[in-house]
Amino acid sequence: MKRLSLLINFLLIGVLLAACAQPTASPTPTEPRVLRVITHSSFSLSEDVIRAFEQEHHATVQFIKGGDTGTLLNQVILSKDNPPADVLYGIDNTFLSRALAADLFVPYTPKALQAIPQEFQLDPQHRVVPVDFGDVCLNYDKAYFAEHKLEVPQSLADLTRPEYQGLLVIEDPSTSSPGLAFLLTTIATFGEEGYQGFWQALKANDVLIVNDWDTAYYTEFSGGAYSEGARPLVVSYATSPAAEVYFSEGKLTTPPTGAVIAPGTCFRQIEFAGILKNGQNRDLAEAFIEALLGQRFQEDIPLQMWVYPVLPEASLPPVFAEHGVIAQAPARLDPQAIEQNRERWIETWRSIMVP
Amino acid sequence: MRGQAHRSLGRELLFLPPLLFLLLAYFYPLLRMLQVSAQWGALTWPAHLGRLIGFTAGQALLSTLLTLLLGLPGAAAFARYEFPGRRWLGLLTGVPFVLPTVVVAAAFNAVLGPRSPLNALLLTLGLPTLDLRYSLAAILMAHVFYNLTLVIRIVGTFWAGLDERLVEAARTLGASPLRAWVTVTLPLLLPALGAAALLTFIFCFTSFGVVLILGGPRFATLEVEIYRQTVQYLNLAAAAVLALIQLGFTLALTLIYTRLQGRLTRPLDLRQAEGLRRHPRRGEALALYAYLTLLLAGIGLPLLTLVLRSLAEGGQYYLALFENPRRSLFYVPPVTAVRNSLSLGLATTALALLLGLPAALALRQHQRGWLFDALLMLPLGTSAVTLGLGYLLSWNRPPLDLRGSPVLLGMAHTLVALPFVVRALLPALNAIRPALHEAAATLGAPPGRVFWDVDLPLSWRALLVGALFAFTISLGEFSATALLTRPDWPTIPIAIYRFLGLPGAANYGQAMAMATLLIAVCVLVFIVSEGLRPPESTPL
Repeated sequence: MKRLSLLINFLLIGVLLAACAQPTASPTPTEPRVLRVITHSSFSLSEDVIRAFEQEHHATVQFIKGGDTGTLLNQVILSKDNPPADVLYGIDNTFLSRALAADLFVPYTPKALQAIPQEFQLDPQHRVVPVDFGDVCLNYDKAYFAEHKLEVPQSLADLTRPEYQGLLVIEDPSTSSPGLAFLLTTIATFGEEGYQGFWQALKANDVLIVNDWDTAYYTEFSGGAYSEGARPLVVSYATSPAAEVYFSEGKLTTPPTGAVIAPGTCFRQIEFAGILKNGQNRDLAEAFIEALLGQRFQEDIPLQMWVYPVLPEASLPPVFAEHGVIAQAPARLDPQAIEQNRERWIETWRSIMVP
Repeated sequence: MRGQAHRSLGRELLFLPPLLFLLLAYFYPLLRMLQVSAQWGALTWPAHLGRLIGFTAGQALLSTLLTLLLGLPGAAAFARYEFPGRRWLGLLTGVPFVLPTVVVAAAFNAVLGPRSPLNALLLTLGLPTLDLRYSLAAILMAHVFYNLTLVIRIVGTFWAGLDERLVEAARTLGASPLRAWVTVTLPLLLPALGAAALLTFIFCFTSFGVVLILGGPRFATLEVEIYRQTVQYLNLAAAAVLALIQLGFTLALTLIYTRLQGRLTRPLDLRQAEGLRRHPRRGEALALYAYLTLLLAGIGLPLLTLVLRSLAEGGQYYLALFENPRRSLFYVPPVTAVRNSLSLGLATTALALLLGLPAALALRQHQRGWLFDALLMLPLGTSAVTLGLGYLLSWNRPPLDLRGSPVLLGMAHTLVALPFVVRALLPALNAIRPALHEAAATLGAPPGRVFWDVDLPLSWRALLVGALFAFTISLGEFSATALLTRPDWPTIPIAIYRFLGLPGAANYGQAMAMATLLIAVCVLVFIVSEGLRPPESTPL
């Protein structure tokens, strides 16, 4: 038995050593250099686009997925002296202030930034640059509203009216990103003084709160092709109707759902990318940031992640051109205010909705 | 005497591999995270702490009692009776353990919601319908659904090895069947029963996804609050305190169990399970089949929902799994996902056995072993959020930069699998009469030979049960996999979550197809494992 346990120990150490031997091998000059990009779990891009970048820069891009946006950011903050990657992609405006306050990034101004509208450029020092944006909006079940001859709500205040009683399902802002976006919309619309009253009225109007987007959309919402719930209003994205058409694989030519894009009802999530301090291969990282804002990457974004490119010249795929909508005058909140008040706002919301 | 001393030293050495593993894979990352958290900033106490702890412990206790209550008849049925479909039903009860929470939640919401089969029945009868979603009942039912297999397998396997003649003796002396069970069988079952109950309790105590998705925002466990404090608010000090409270509970409970375990254990003449089962007698048949029908419905219906959904559109969703029309870099080919999941599961099982077997052998009837035994259980009661970030903070500098490596993931999975191997194995090992060892040793068998010829055959079923738990835990695990590996190493649960993140029929259908694939892989491994037999005992 003694020999057996010794053997086990050796095996264990062997496994560990074998594992760490790999990443420490330094690349020879002819080998492509490795650029490490950390991002959230919903990130996606076309293979061709990445391969083209890799060839052009004689590099290998290694993606690391760090969970949801909050988890991703926190792990980068915790290991900022020894970052897991060279570039971070996917911090949105609800977490932007936390990321900037943690002093994670090296400022860099890509040439392509000139072509990006000012409204997306939330960091004047260019520590991070905007790459894409998406609107969190109410979605409605077209068939239900037609059948019941009901008007689609056109403002948040509408949602508290008796005809919409029991029709809305939303996500918990403390666990879900669209849920938080919707809470922030109400704060931007009604202000610090008014949002609590709105939520009390919404609660009285029998709003259903679930944990995450997929439970809200697939289990409780009635509108999507595979949704089997009973509620015809849900907090989702402005692009969800277009995605319904695309992922019906030819069965649908018009979306079964619609997005409400009336002023003050949507929240715009802008996603940013930046070069991490203490990272490696700075020139490659800069080239990657530059490429993210280039036409090829920007035009690839819509179908991969169902958000819009920030570059106005980027042409949209047909399904976006035909069924995609963009919020008119989305709600706006200063990222700094979001970070400072996040805990208080969420906890206040919880004390009203789930006491 | 010299031989005696040599043997006990050898035995103490068996502690070494699991201890070393715990230090590397558990204590180091955990302490790193706690250290960083302590320096992070002011401690703000989360609101309603008492209520939070009360609910966490209360629902775990209720879930455990329910699981025991519903699992014990199952353990008896599989241990003692022969009935048609026994093998397949046995396989089925193990499947829930492998399923990620989102998948189970989707199935449960369908089974518990207004359009459930039960409600369809109630409607036709003109009765009011029942909506159990977002309630404590939904949480409890899902916990029972997941953990029933722990009671059925761990208790059932042990029960099957008990000598029925003890009960017969009691009956001959005039005891009623109930009295014979309470006074003879139940006391003998206690070590295994305690092991299953402890695992179930810790599992439910640290429950995260089930509580969030099926319970809704009204309910929160400590683990949920740790997530909120860490990810949303970055209050690391508060999260660390909560994680320590959670850990303290686990430790206290485990210490009570491991202390009692020694006293509860009786040496028994365990037998090979085969041949002890019989067909139910007339009076028993009704109760047995009623129970089995309930079991089949309770576990089968949610699973059937998933499979039926994946089969909608004439199996088109399965074909679609093999296509990557958007040419996404992160497309997961089903074959790759199955291969990765299988290799990770097998590696985890191998490592968990390699560490769990020495641990269990060292722990059996060890005077001071209970402390070490409790340490082995700790990872199961540790916050996944805290430990996950701890992993990313440790092993991150050359020469040991393991970030993104599957080795790190194997370590994390093994950490969770190890307690299951030890808990499944220890009651069986403890029940082997020391006299058998002494006899074998007297006849000149070296310790290795005694293990091979005495212990292994007598504890084989328990070993297999532990190995299968280790495998299924790894196969279905999502959160650590998502956090610790690179996307070029996707598993089946990773693919399921990717599909469920987007709207549209094809995404939902493919998620269900992937989930069905996961069930299929799991069942296949269960079937293969049934063919595994212990080494032939050679006469000394």
